[in-house]
Amino acid sequence: MNRVVDVLVVGAGPAGLAAAARLAAAGAGRVEVLEREHTAGGVPRYCGHPGFGADRRGRPLDGPAYARRALRAALRSGAVVRTGVSATGWAGPLALDVTAPTGLERIRAHAVVLATGVRERPRSARLVPGSRPAGVLTTGELLRTAGMFEGDRRALRSHLGRRAVVVGGEPVARHAAGALRTAGVEVAAVVTELPFPARGFGAVPVLTWTSVVELLGRGRLTGVSVRGRDGRTSVLRCDTVVFTGDWIPDHELARARGLALAPGTRGPVTDGAYRTAEPGVFAVGNLLHGVEPAQVAAAEGRKAADAVLDLLAGRAGPPAGVPVLTAGPLRWVTPGLLGPAPAAPLLVRPDRRLVRPLLTVAQDGSPLRRARLRGEPAPWRSVRLGPEWTRGVDPAGGPVVVGAEEYAP
Amino acid sequence: MTVTRTGPLPTGPEAEYDVVVVGAGVVGCAIARALARHPLRVALVEAAHDVGDGTSKANTAILHTGFDAAPGTLEARLVREGHRLLGAFAGEAGIPVEPLGALLVAWDEQQRATLPRLAEKAERNGHLATRLLSAEELSSREPHVGPGALAALAVPGESVICSWTTTLAYATQAVRSGVDLHLGCRVEQVRTGDPWHRLVTRRGVLRTRHLVNACGLHADAFDALLDRRDFTVTPRRGQLLVFDKFARDLVRHILLPVPGPLGKGVLVSPTVYGNVMLGPTAEDLDDKTATGTTAEGLAGLREQGGRIVPALLDEEVTAVYAGLRAATGQEDYRCAAHPALRYVTVGGIRSTGLSASLALADHVLGLLADCGLEPGPERPLAPVRMPNLGEAFRRPYRDAELIARDPDFGVIVCHCERVTRGEIRAAYASEIPPAGPDGLRRRTRARGGRCQGNFCGAELRALSEEYGKGAR
Repeated sequence: MNRVVDVLVVGAGPAGLAAAARLAAAGAGRVEVLEREHTAGGVPRYCGHPGFGADRRGRPLDGPAYARRALRAALRSGAVVRTGVSATGWAGPLALDVTAPTGLERIRAHAVVLATGVRERPRSARLVPGSRPAGVLTTGELLRTAGMFEGDRRALRSHLGRRAVVVGGEPVARHAAGALRTAGVEVAAVVTELPFPARGFGAVPVLTWTSVVELLGRGRLTGVSVRGRDGRTSVLRCDTVVFTGDWIPDHELARARGLALAPGTRGPVTDGAYRTAEPGVFAVGNLLHGVEPAQVAAAEGRKAADAVLDLLAGRAGPPAGVPVLTAGPLRWVTPGLLGPAPAAPLLVRPDRRLVRPLLTVAQDGSPLRRARLRGEPAPWRSVRLGPEWTRGVDPAGGPVVVGAEEYAP
Repeated sequence: MTVTRTGPLPTGPEAEYDVVVVGAGVVGCAIARALARHPLRVALVEAAHDVGDGTSKANTAILHTGFDAAPGTLEARLVREGHRLLGAFAGEAGIPVEPLGALLVAWDEQQRATLPRLAEKAERNGHLATRLLSAEELSSREPHVGPGALAALAVPGESVICSWTTTLAYATQAVRSGVDLHLGCRVEQVRTGDPWHRLVTRRGVLRTRHLVNACGLHADAFDALLDRRDFTVTPRRGQLLVFDKFARDLVRHILLPVPGPLGKGVLVSPTVYGNVMLGPTAEDLDDKTATGTTAEGLAGLREQGGRIVPALLDEEVTAVYAGLRAATGQEDYRCAAHPALRYVTVGGIRSTGLSASLALADHVLGLLADCGLEPGPERPLAPVRMPNLGEAFRRPYRDAELIARDPDFGVIVCHCERVTRGEIRAAYASEIPPAGPDGLRRRTRARGGRCQGNFCGAELRALSEEYGKGAR
């Protein structure tokens, strides 16, 4: 079946729903969101902890509440949200092949917004050696499984075991440990290569400077072998291990379209208006970077909607700008392109904990701005550099480089 | 036709067979299938809970022509015949095969000098179509091959195949044609006798007139149950890395190493699932259960793979695994008929068992005849058509007619591998349903992709409980 819509949004997470809500409200015509899972809302649906903003009366929202509100907002503004529907590939510059229980479709659009999100690298992508037993999860699978079998102690025990090790030291590791405890699983330890992990693990021992070097056990996991800073290895007995963090964008459609990936994030390169190199194709949310809070992803969706409206109104030129790169102890920066207008804020992610770093934004060797940050940015939280940092970028010049030096008293 | 996994085995006449094949790997399944053509009572008995659960599940999934086998050996003949037979059967049964052809890439002068000798050897093995390629020809055929490749030998006919579907197709066809399959049924003792051998398992005793040892890695141990000690199996571990489907465009052929004094080297090959495989290592071990990967092994593979196709290393790894080949210290198979025992040993099927399997099965029928088996007239096997897992052929999620008939085939559950709910359901409804998540992955690809269950794991668990209830 061939159909035409005005805007096709792929992914009904915070970014996709926010983009759709704004577009539909602004009269962009038929705005259709495709979601491959059964329910819209994205990752927040599985996050039963606060940290998703507050409602109008100031009460904190958890993930599922946030997801419900995001979906409601999109539907109220007139967007069509279809679940259990998968975009499987491109059929043209702005056309996608779609598989749905009702049949195959080819949907053409005036603009396509990719909001396909992010996943955690599983054990294989981390090249962790050892056997291939059951009981090896990522946080994503843990949270989904805990939700699906909630209250069924027998099933939880068989799927999630009795004693788990959590790998990773970012806040997501804390959420994993919390979900395990709620499911009745003892958390034996948190193992992280980070010297300074996130806090809040309670009584669970946190092994820093430590990595998992082997998985043990046939059939079911029986333990993980870990190596600490001193080079000594030891075995932690457990029947479940959860690999957390180490994000990689789910960029299949972006790559299938031939979009260049940013080296630091492995997400598609966009300009400050979330336009990709392909006219009419936009990319937003954690597809661009692993991983930002839902509210940040949603803000990107809304901002991209403005650029989509410009395109639909015939006001938009092609994306242009100079590349933005990182130097020094920085993992990534977005957006990957800085255009002439409007000066976009940069999100910069440190590679490790930095104490009062001196940040520099430079072009062609000459600094545009330089300032020392207060506090200690961590590898799980971005530093936001406002438009003042990129004022004066020469659109005809060379790459803009964001660098950091650590405070040396 | 019966498939059992648990509980006591049948007794009385139900437990009496003309032939029992022990070991349901690719070779044992092929033998059982060949026997099923005849009016015989046949059982296929396997210690694991699934078919193809040992060496057959972790190999390089290449359908070899036999061009590089030692000429004149049984292996050379059976691989050559098997290549032709399996190629034809794959078409009938819907087993995905891609005849990509192989390129043996020479990286130094010594390897380059070896290429003409390999071409001669291929000729002696009846493979006349090899061709030497210059560095320029190589790079036009394989633009992503790393710098430093000097020349190559092109070997048409070498193909990639789905090894899991092959084993399962043999077993399914055997079962449909009347073979009993007893899984989870380790043979612990053999009481030889006339006219019956008695096979003692934890689940009961089976009686058989003829016995076939297709125990792979454990062929020597099974021989010992009948007091035969003709060879020892040394497990040779092969570690492998599988790269994300994004890597598929980097490799067009099966890139084989040129064997040399410094070892066999590793291959880089597309898979029928649309991935790229790198490996295997070759480590002789003592432990027949050591199927784990090691840090050194994986690092070594990445180093070698990075030389062969440098861009490969930028892609994500979707699987790391290791398999064990059954080496016996002899450069040939160890197939033997023991007429006094009415017993056939099929041992030392090293790394070519998949390619040779159908020819090997016919060969074993001959050996059984030497042991006095009178198979009787041939009849056609029940037809079998396997679900397609190959990316070169239409998968259910792109099949409009199928989805119109059954909307479950339009519901993608495993998004990375595009496995639909309908395929999961069909796997559990099949003659030989999966025994767990690994068996489901081998039958459908579910959970075998880049996210390794991050998105689909929970739902697959729920579907397995739902559909698997009647199956176990």
